[in-house]
Amino acid sequence: MSFDSFDHETLDLTGDPSRADDVPNGRIVPVIEFEDVELAFDDQVILDKISFTVRRGEAKIVLGGSGSGKSTIINLILGLIKPDAGRIYLDGEDITELDDAELMRIRKNIGMVFQEGALFDSLSVYENVAYRLHEERVPEDEVEHEVIRMLRFVDLEDAIDKMPVELSGGMRRRVGIARALVGNPEIILFDEPTAGLDPPTARTICELAIKLRDIEDVSLIFVTHEMNNLEYISSEYAVIDRQGKINYEHEGEKLCLINTEVMMLRDGGIIFSGKDEQLRQTNDPYIARFLRGK
Amino acid sequence: MNPIIKYLVEVQGVTLLLGRSLKGLRKRPRYFAEIVDQMDQIGVGSLGIVILTGFFTGGVLILQAYPTLEYYGAQSNAGQGVATSLIRELGPVLTALMVAGRVGSAISAELGSMVVSQQIDAMRALGTSPVRKLVTPRIIALLLTLPLLTIAADLFGLMGGGVVAYQLHGLDINTYVSSVRTGMGTDDLIAGIVKPIFFGAIIGLISCYKGLNTTGGTVGVGVSTTQAVVASSINIIIADFFLSKLMQSALESTLF
Repeated sequence: MSFDSFDHETLDLTGDPSRADDVPNGRIVPVIEFEDVELAFDDQVILDKISFTVRRGEAKIVLGGSGSGKSTIINLILGLIKPDAGRIYLDGEDITELDDAELMRIRKNIGMVFQEGALFDSLSVYENVAYRLHEERVPEDEVEHEVIRMLRFVDLEDAIDKMPVELSGGMRRRVGIARALVGNPEIILFDEPTAGLDPPTARTICELAIKLRDIEDVSLIFVTHEMNNLEYISSEYAVIDRQGKINYEHEGEKLCLINTEVMMLRDGGIIFSGKDEQLRQTNDPYIARFLRGK
Repeated sequence: MNPIIKYLVEVQGVTLLLGRSLKGLRKRPRYFAEIVDQMDQIGVGSLGIVILTGFFTGGVLILQAYPTLEYYGAQSNAGQGVATSLIRELGPVLTALMVAGRVGSAISAELGSMVVSQQIDAMRALGTSPVRKLVTPRIIALLLTLPLLTIAADLFGLMGGGVVAYQLHGLDINTYVSSVRTGMGTDDLIAGIVKPIFFGAIIGLISCYKGLNTTGGTVGVGVSTTQAVVASSINIIIADFFLSKLMQSALESTLF
């Protein structure tokens, strides 16, 4: 299948029928749930009783200054670090106490986009995107098909034989997104993916995130401290027109996006959680300064 | 942190890494292609410097020892001295030190760079254990190639000794070969093969540990690389003493 501007087909990231929202005991199980999570390194508190949920197809934009604990949340979801207290649930499964072998199973359902792409320098773009499939010993013809499909999704099919060192910063991030999408994960984590990029390239990365959220029903955590990222993701949505082309439309007065929330961290605590409109109306001087830069 | 506690923490870290890399052997995937690739890089890649080291060490042994042997009229035993010192001590230790410098630094720098550029995190996020994928193949490759490199160094060392004895001192080549054979016992050969296996484990574990624990960005990569080479070299020399003593006692009791 292909997914580009001229094709109706989608990535089918939600093809599994069991992924319809589970409703045990009348409660929709969130894809990600943090319950009073605490973490400290020596005397420094990194996260202080953090609780939040992310539903299927929802984007959670995590804002905050440097050292506020934004990236730590992502590392906790991946199980790269363990919390000191509290519980973390993914799809209703408590992953807090899982060992590394069990976490490997969980991680197969999570895609991660790193700040600088974190591409493997010794592998080509093809091998980078195919990494997870090669590890699973998938036949090469299937791998090739999947890699081309993913690179088409990020509009980088021409770079398939290049080495990471030959790519620009924006291209590296897009290859990182293609790599994260392999295996149809239902959660994608973005760790400041637009840091250091020019505005048009940053916009492209945000469009990819919007496309994943609205067309593919993927749950996103988008860690950033850039206000244009917040503007794009919290106020625009993706639709496919009759020609199969993806269009990005701005929410108007009649339509308000309900699949995106903003969470703001400060000194390891949540100081705001809600819609972007509410964030902009808050009187908190720290938030006002963060949003306007003064 | 107190230096003693820091040292103990590092010993603990290296020991845990050994345990995890051994555990990695039992599970699939086993990364045979990576092992072969590492054997090529470590073994074939180091062959040149090891051959040169062995050749000139053998040569200098004869160069220094021959006048003394001649003084006592024992020049016909020149090969015996080279064989014993090379096969028992200098071959394994010098080869290990050369490999620690060339391969240990490369392993530590490569893994350290992967840490600071988040490639190790990416690997874990993609569901791969960095220990199984990166550490285990390197340690196995070192365990297999270091004894072979040591044999190459020994052979070229004996050859170097022979060339110097024949060319500079006019010693009959048959006399030299015959004395080399006299000087080589089964215990020498066993010690010469067993030691590099331990040295390979030391280089692999310390270099991988230092690389994976790199902090402080690109400057940290340089620091961990230096530490890997220094720590590997010192531990090789210390381990050599204890292994020599251990094997002396063990082989004496079994062979004689």
